[in-house]
Amino acid sequence: MDKFIEIKGATFSYVDEYDDPPTKNTVIKNVSLDIDRGEFVAVLGHNGSGKSTLAKLLNAINLPESGDVLIEGMNTKDESRLYDIRKTVGMVFQNPDNQIVATVVEEDVAFALENIGVEPSEIRRRVDEALKTVGMYDYREHAPHKLSGGQKQRIAIAGVLAMKPECIVMDEPTAMLDPIGRREIMSTIKELNASGVTIVLITHYMEEAAQAGRVVVMNDGEVIADDTPKRVFSQAEMLKGVGLDVPDVTDLTHALIKEGLKLPDDIISEDECVDELYKLLKKG
Amino acid sequence: MIKDITIGQFFPGNSIVHRLDPRIKLLLTVIYIVMLFVADTFCALGAGVVFLLISFLLSGIPIKMMLKSVKPIVPIILFTGILNLFFISTGDILFQWKFIRITEDGVRTMIFMATRIILLICGTSLLTYTTSPITLTDAIERILSPLKVIKFPAHEIAMMMTIALRFIPTLIEETDKIMSAQKARGADMETGSILKRAKALIPILIPLFVSAFRRAEELALAMECRCYHGGDGRTRLKQLKTAPRDYAAVAVAILFLAAVIVLNRFSPI
Repeated sequence: MDKFIEIKGATFSYVDEYDDPPTKNTVIKNVSLDIDRGEFVAVLGHNGSGKSTLAKLLNAINLPESGDVLIEGMNTKDESRLYDIRKTVGMVFQNPDNQIVATVVEEDVAFALENIGVEPSEIRRRVDEALKTVGMYDYREHAPHKLSGGQKQRIAIAGVLAMKPECIVMDEPTAMLDPIGRREIMSTIKELNASGVTIVLITHYMEEAAQAGRVVVMNDGEVIADDTPKRVFSQAEMLKGVGLDVPDVTDLTHALIKEGLKLPDDIISEDECVDELYKLLKKG
Repeated sequence: MIKDITIGQFFPGNSIVHRLDPRIKLLLTVIYIVMLFVADTFCALGAGVVFLLISFLLSGIPIKMMLKSVKPIVPIILFTGILNLFFISTGDILFQWKFIRITEDGVRTMIFMATRIILLICGTSLLTYTTSPITLTDAIERILSPLKVIKFPAHEIAMMMTIALRFIPTLIEETDKIMSAQKARGADMETGSILKRAKALIPILIPLFVSAFRRAEELALAMECRCYHGGDGRTRLKQLKTAPRDYAAVAVAILFLAAVIVLNRFSPI
């Protein structure tokens, strides 16, 4: 059987034709990556590391210059499968304001379904289902501009979800939200993943990446780490070398370990940290 | 502050006028306009008034709103009124001073034209009061869709209107932000001559345009990701369906139009 998502030695560059002579900026360099069905993958990297470009390779917005990207065996270069690929891999962007098309919430969620020619009664059913999944059903007749950032982003997710994609790629979906909105989106993402949707989360928040099942670290167009969050974050020095941080709790435990406390070096969540410290204090 | 501006003056409601098919409502508005222009006598115009009043009463929109809609066009009414008063020189002379001559015909035409313009504005604003902009756009798309045969871009025009409507509040909010940012840096937009104030708008408009283009690019990308490829093979969440009440409304409107034609012939004034 085919792998779900398979990136085979993909290279991508932006060409600036207005420069004289045209300059070429290679942002993805010979990247190979497989993603299995149902995974929750976080892609980390500082600005300009190529993580957003990598996301756009996954649903044929960007086509690799060399190498291939296969979605369920469909090559993104194959134009006849374009809409099948986009139906399989949905995409949510950073700014919710710039991805909402309609002036009524439910009309926006219906947009993708209208485009792919779904029957009206089926659209109704799927729109309601998607809105319930993201917890925005009660707002279906509201105007999007009157909602909060987190709510708007959930509408955008519902708009993609209505297509019933098997994978949703999110390009920094929480970057423009306040802490409350960020929490809303993270819990929506986790629920979606639990219901079987593959999630690729592009982010630069370490706390968000720590909640994923697998973390891919990008630097300068290359994958430099690809492992479980615990193992990736225990390499604090390497992460700091490429301009990234580790979650605050990891930083704290590493500092405590240096001071001679006996703690595991792969703590990535606050709860874990509290538990371990409690154990240590009880031992006295 | 600017955020409070409402675009299109839609009053949500559930009256029979609200529930009419928007395509039918557009058709009714056209019949009504024809009615007003066919009428030559005050009695015939009276039929138009009755039609308008019945529609307003059925819609549940306060009559006050009807008067409010006339307010912005008062200067136009005055202007045409004065022109008619002074430039029509047929009929019995009511008043003459040097070369200024006011005749009975002039007075009559002035009152007639003013009434007609007022009725026109009231009727068309009832359409926007009872139909949301998005529904109206939808109706326009469907009415124009037969023209697709001659390559008329009905879907594209409707889509552009929808997106424009969607982005008005967003861009207003953005203007507010840019204005605050420029004020915080000492920009002065409230004093000085008109020319100076117009110049002060440049540092607001340029960032606004730049950001609008950036938004457009991102929106296009998001639309592509959701399989948008123009109007071909597109279905809609909300189907427009005509109900018996729609046909009844059209029948009533045609009756009124007939009444106007009859009254034109037989009414004294």
